[in-house]
Amino acid sequence: MSDTKDDVVKETIQDAIEIVKDHANDDHDHDVHAGDNGDHGDHGDHGGHHTSLGLSNTKLAMWLFLGSECLLFGGLISTYMLYRNRHSEDVGPDQLWDIPFTSASSFVLLMSSLTMVLAVSAANRKDDRNTKLWLVVTAVLGGLFVSGQVYEFTTFYREGLGYTESLFASSFYTLTGFHGVHVSVGIIMLMATMGMIAKNKISGDKAETVEMVGLYWHFVDVVWIIIFTLVYLIPA
Amino acid sequence: MDVDAPTTPEVEVEHDDPDAPAGVAASAGDDHDDHGDHEHLSDNKYIVIAVILAVITAAEVAASYIDLGPAFIPLLLFMMAIKFFVVVSYFMHLKFDNNVFKRLFYTGLFLAVFVYVVALLTFRFFES
Repeated sequence: MSDTKDDVVKETIQDAIEIVKDHANDDHDHDVHAGDNGDHGDHGDHGGHHTSLGLSNTKLAMWLFLGSECLLFGGLISTYMLYRNRHSEDVGPDQLWDIPFTSASSFVLLMSSLTMVLAVSAANRKDDRNTKLWLVVTAVLGGLFVSGQVYEFTTFYREGLGYTESLFASSFYTLTGFHGVHVSVGIIMLMATMGMIAKNKISGDKAETVEMVGLYWHFVDVVWIIIFTLVYLIPA
Repeated sequence: MDVDAPTTPEVEVEHDDPDAPAGVAASAGDDHDDHGDHEHLSDNKYIVIAVILAVITAAEVAASYIDLGPAFIPLLLFMMAIKFFVVVSYFMHLKFDNNVFKRLFYTGLFLAVFVYVVALLTFRFFES
């Protein structure tokens, strides 16, 4: 009888030890996964920081950030819409806008969204080579867009549209300038992600990291879709 | 491990993954189960979507050179909205993602549109 009780106690202790060991192993696995970049299927690979909703905190934060960015750009676009007629007669949208050039820029940015989604797709397939390739192509297309914007600003300035020239000028430069800064930050993010993949420095889920950069990049594209129509195509 | 399994459902995913073939799109879909119902389109479909977006952009530019009368601005806004939602839904995967993400983004968008339309109405923008 006492032997049976001892056996039960032993088994219980043994189970308790196994549970403690499993916990220790889980923590270890979590740390290893966070550093190995290989598998991105488990939760530890998503950084291990999940909400009670079972969602990735990183992704949740990114969507929250993008939602707040809507308010930022909403304010800038509204300000431009309000002041777009407040300019001198000889330096206004009719004299300045070069629709074919801006259309080409828009097309470039639109295509960069395609290359970005191809990078995300490659990352999901764990195809590092194509992920890096599409990230670089996206960054190059983004660079082309920013170059176009610099050229456009320079041309406008030479034609007499200084930043403080009119309310139209200030609101236009602020809106498109803010967008340009966002694209530039996106390019830095793309190049940094590419470099980190090349050096295998991404801790956690590689595919999710590329996807987060992708979300930001697509948002920048979406904002330009609105700016292109409201600022350039709809006449003041 | 047995003790953990019922309280942490992610452990089950962890067990499943090593069996999944690497590099298969299906595994990528499984991997993102925790993000919601995450469906990944094929690369060819993304290219088709990009072509559609490019065609709409070309139509927008063409419309700006044609005299469409009072239909011009509503038509441009309609095409802009289509492009916006196509990029957000397919390129940003919001159509296939968890509803929480949709609510977060669309709440921000709705708030922005509402607040600034009210602001513009206050400034009598739409009367000019």
